[in-house]
Amino acid sequence: MISFILARVLQSFVVMLCVAAISFSLFTYVGDPIANLVGIQSSDEKREELRESLGLNDAVPVQFARFVSRAVRMEFGISYQQKRKVSSIIAERLPATLELSILSALLALGIGIPAGIYTALHRESWFSHLVLSGSLIGVSLPTFLIGILLIFVFSVQFHLLPSFGRGEVVQLGFWSTGLLTESGLKALIMPAITLALFQMTLIMRLVRSEMLEVLRTDYIKFARARGLSNRTVHFGYALMNTLVPVITITGLQLGSIIAFAIITETVFQWPGVGLMFIQAINEVDIPVMSTYLLLIASFFVIINLTVDLLYYFVDPRLRVGRDVKT
Amino acid sequence: MSQSAPIADSLDTAGLARRAWNSDLAYSFRRSKVTVVAGVITLIYMLSALFAPWVAPHDPYDLASVSIMDSFLPPAWIEGGDSRFLLGTDNVGRDVLSTIIHGSRISLGVGFASVFIAASLGVTLGLISGYVGGRLDAVIMRIAEVQLSFPDILIALLIDGVIRSILGPGAHGNIAFVVVIAAISLAYWVQFARTVRATTMVEKGKDYVQAARVAGKGTFYIMFKHLLPNVMGPVLVIATISLALAIVTEATLSFLGVGVPPTQPSLGTLIRVGNDFLFSGEWWITLFPGVALAIMGLSVNLLGDWLRDALNPKLR
Repeated sequence: MISFILARVLQSFVVMLCVAAISFSLFTYVGDPIANLVGIQSSDEKREELRESLGLNDAVPVQFARFVSRAVRMEFGISYQQKRKVSSIIAERLPATLELSILSALLALGIGIPAGIYTALHRESWFSHLVLSGSLIGVSLPTFLIGILLIFVFSVQFHLLPSFGRGEVVQLGFWSTGLLTESGLKALIMPAITLALFQMTLIMRLVRSEMLEVLRTDYIKFARARGLSNRTVHFGYALMNTLVPVITITGLQLGSIIAFAIITETVFQWPGVGLMFIQAINEVDIPVMSTYLLLIASFFVIINLTVDLLYYFVDPRLRVGRDVKT
Repeated sequence: MSQSAPIADSLDTAGLARRAWNSDLAYSFRRSKVTVVAGVITLIYMLSALFAPWVAPHDPYDLASVSIMDSFLPPAWIEGGDSRFLLGTDNVGRDVLSTIIHGSRISLGVGFASVFIAASLGVTLGLISGYVGGRLDAVIMRIAEVQLSFPDILIALLIDGVIRSILGPGAHGNIAFVVVIAAISLAYWVQFARTVRATTMVEKGKDYVQAARVAGKGTFYIMFKHLLPNVMGPVLVIATISLALAIVTEATLSFLGVGVPPTQPSLGTLIRVGNDFLFSGEWWITLFPGVALAIMGLSVNLLGDWLRDALNPKLR
């Protein structure tokens, strides 16, 4: 068991190191970091001096080690475009992305799970068929198209909701929130729905198929034979056993929400880290890009690791299987 | 004697067609109405993409035939529309229907190219992984596992961004196509590799592979001559599903402005460009390409779903 955890942690570590290597090589080999720091007119000696003082003449492994140790201390250099520390740009934009992502996750769970249960329990009702065919469209429609459609209907046609930005935000210490003002809440509605829709359909289909599977099992039949009410059978026994895989997959989906936020943020010009990344690609702002790379990779690695370990603790069968094998 | 050969040949073709029509696959296709509709729509898209210059009512990229006087015309059935332009015109007077037809051509082209490369890469790595095994297998599968824990679109976007920044701001024109296709194919090889690996491991224990090995055939000969044909079924299914994903991914990248260049717009680029005019009321410039993209993605998706079920022996 300890060997499994160690192997998993080691794997995450290797992945992070690989991403750091990509990030580092972007930093070092793409473009000239000096050229972005000094003016065109500075002399060659001055450039060489700066190069020496920044340690750019050291051996590559030494530079890489320095890069990693800086990254661990949250020092990511200075943005080429904005001439500000990347860490402060990210700190400023991260609350926007997290607020949007968390709300979308709640929305996806809050609607996806009940809809999945409903469609599993009432398989033949017309409403289930409607929801299921609707979900097929939700899966095939690209996220950005859903956003554009929402903007067209609710902003352009009916002028109900703002089409871009976060509205008014309130500063709570280092955290800027849009949840406390009316315009902030209004601005959040459409991006959150856009981001949630895909995950919602995914969760709904997952809950439905898991629930149908569980309803076929023997212990549900026995529960019915005991004369338990439908309510107890469905929600006391079936749902509990459905939720184990749902929790793990939802955990993994949380990472996807943060990734898909890139698209949603671009559609709604939401000032989060995703939009920052797209702008950085277009402006070839390497420090911002490579930092985002590190950030998103560490998000994923942490989420995957947590879910794997959780799964391991929740599902005893996994543990037994492992022990027998090794 | 010399005359009977073509007759026999044509008879054979007719027999083949009849056999194809009566096959299980064709039967399950005919039985599902949704699939037939999806198939017909996909066929229409492919034909109009192939023959775009002849199908499109106008040539939107011929500067001589485009007039700025025709710009921002609404669709033909709306007040102020022009019957020459069924779906209206865009900001420089190009016919929206024609740009959609040319755009679908680019979307489908990029999609097919990406899936082809992803499949070639994935199948080769999968065959090596499954047949040769050992340390190579461990390395390939570990990479696949790691990549699988990230969403495809994010992988494509990150690869695209990294290649673009390596190339610098000069990534325009045809290079942009290469970048997009590379990014998408590197994002989608994993499914192919994993499936082919699993099938190969089953197949390699069978007699015909053992016989080939005893006959002294080389590893690569056995992999591509004997194993490859036997793993093609699942590959076809994944290819169809990946095509739908690749089309949507390309559209997303182009919409984000890191995909194909605006000089040769795909549906995603058209949506991006048209999006600027959504607020001034010219909704047709962005919504029609959007609808075209949605229908294309949905049709290919449905075909893929059907193929998966039809080729899955468990569901028969």
